[in-house]
Amino acid sequence: MTAVLSSSPDSIRLHDVTLARGGRVVLSQISLAIPQGSFVGVLGANGAGKTTLFHALLGLEPAVQGSMQINGQPVQRGHRSVGYMPQMRKLIGGQFTGWSMVASALHGQRWGLPWYGRAGRAAVDAALAAVDAQDLAQRPVAALSGGERQRLLLAQTLLDDPSVLLLDEPLASLDPARMRETVERIHTLARARNMTVLMSAHDINPLLGLMDHVLYLARGRALLGTVDEVITTKALTALYGAPVDVVRAGGRVFVVAEGGGSALQEHDCGGCGAHA
Amino acid sequence: MLDYDFMRTAFLAALLVALVCGPVGWFLVLRGQTFASHALSHVGFAGATGALMLGLSPLTGLAGGALAAGILMGLAGDRVAGRDVMIGLVLSVAMGVGALFLHLLTRSASAATALLFGDILGISPGMLGWLVLLSAGCLLGLGIMARPLLFATLQPEMAEAKGVPLQLLDVLFLALVAIATAECAQITGVLLVFTLMVAPAATVLRLGLSPLAGLGAAAGLALAEAWGGLILSWYTDCPTSFWIALLGGAGFLLVGLAQRLRAR
Repeated sequence: MTAVLSSSPDSIRLHDVTLARGGRVVLSQISLAIPQGSFVGVLGANGAGKTTLFHALLGLEPAVQGSMQINGQPVQRGHRSVGYMPQMRKLIGGQFTGWSMVASALHGQRWGLPWYGRAGRAAVDAALAAVDAQDLAQRPVAALSGGERQRLLLAQTLLDDPSVLLLDEPLASLDPARMRETVERIHTLARARNMTVLMSAHDINPLLGLMDHVLYLARGRALLGTVDEVITTKALTALYGAPVDVVRAGGRVFVVAEGGGSALQEHDCGGCGAHA
Repeated sequence: MLDYDFMRTAFLAALLVALVCGPVGWFLVLRGQTFASHALSHVGFAGATGALMLGLSPLTGLAGGALAAGILMGLAGDRVAGRDVMIGLVLSVAMGVGALFLHLLTRSASAATALLFGDILGISPGMLGWLVLLSAGCLLGLGIMARPLLFATLQPEMAEAKGVPLQLLDVLFLALVAIATAECAQITGVLLVFTLMVAPAATVLRLGLSPLAGLGAAAGLALAEAWGGLILSWYTDCPTSFWIALLGGAGFLLVGLAQRLRAR
């Protein structure tokens, strides 16, 4: 299915794209166009293809078929205008200060010594300021909280002044209060710099009211549209090919699969059917 | 003490080796690959004994063996380099082969001691020439790849997305480690490569310096410990390797203690 959202120039355009991981087709014959400056929440259960889609857009894994374009150019590895924030994982080099950690990503692909020069140091300072992390600059990273470390990661992705940001589960390890704060911060940054943002998430609620579009992945297919278009019982039932209910309660949205489980969360975590 | 030729040669050799071991060790500790480097030195031992059997210089065998093992380890990636059991197996097989070669050698006892525990006072001017070449090559190589290597070490996924060739860097770095190991073994012996390669670097990493300052400080501390070991061994008649090992351990502990006290 093709979804053309508005008349502004397309930032990301996929045509008839099939992606596989480990020989298994994850997304099949996807076509979509995301306009420049759009803030897109990428939703789907584990294994629905969120990370695979990001890897493909980064040029790390070629598509089985179809064409992918970013800013009108074919997808390629190391594209300067594409920023990528991976999921947080085990910390390496926790004894470094926040400043050194962020600086390590400054033109990190260039050969030579990690010597940054005046312009480089100014760029690092500016990236830290953009995420309000000046106060983290001189503290060892190991002493920072998850949310603070994530601000440093975000600062690193801003160093190249990207026009497209791919954020892989930035809310995964945050407590609920920090989730909304993080989404708001990214949203403000994206608006100010006219960046296109694709942010994958397990829960739609922290993104509600801030995202322009939802990209919903399920059963190898993708559905792109506004929240009101995509997060409906009818649209999601068609996407899943099975009865799915969208329940709105207390200003929050819940996507519930037949049998009572949540359609987005892993099903082995009993109590978390409370989230969409 | 500097009136003697062999002492001047020893101080020069220690300088050449420490300047490489410090910075290479700094990355090694940061990347969590210290055990891999330990294994490289043991493969180097098998190479050195093999070279002795063939009538070649032990340094050639050490460097050759360690280099081959380092490149293979880098190519195998996390399947080997990150796995204790695999590395332990490689290490023990290499030591076993080295023991066999030693057994087949007639003048085995003195050769074994020199290889295992180092013989800094026995370094010949010819060997010094080789150390100059190897050290210059290592520092040049590290200088070229330091920036992407740092990025790839701290943020591998982000670095890969930005086009940093992770596996190439892994292979190149382990090759550097292999050469540094071979150099270091000339001074400390294969069993004590850790003392110059890991101890100063780990001590410096505790300080939380910025990367460039840390690389420099690691070289400086390695040099101080190597020269300190030489001087102490001159006045006490204990082996140099003993003093370097002791200084390395003491430095690491002292920095840790100082940090504990300051944190209170």
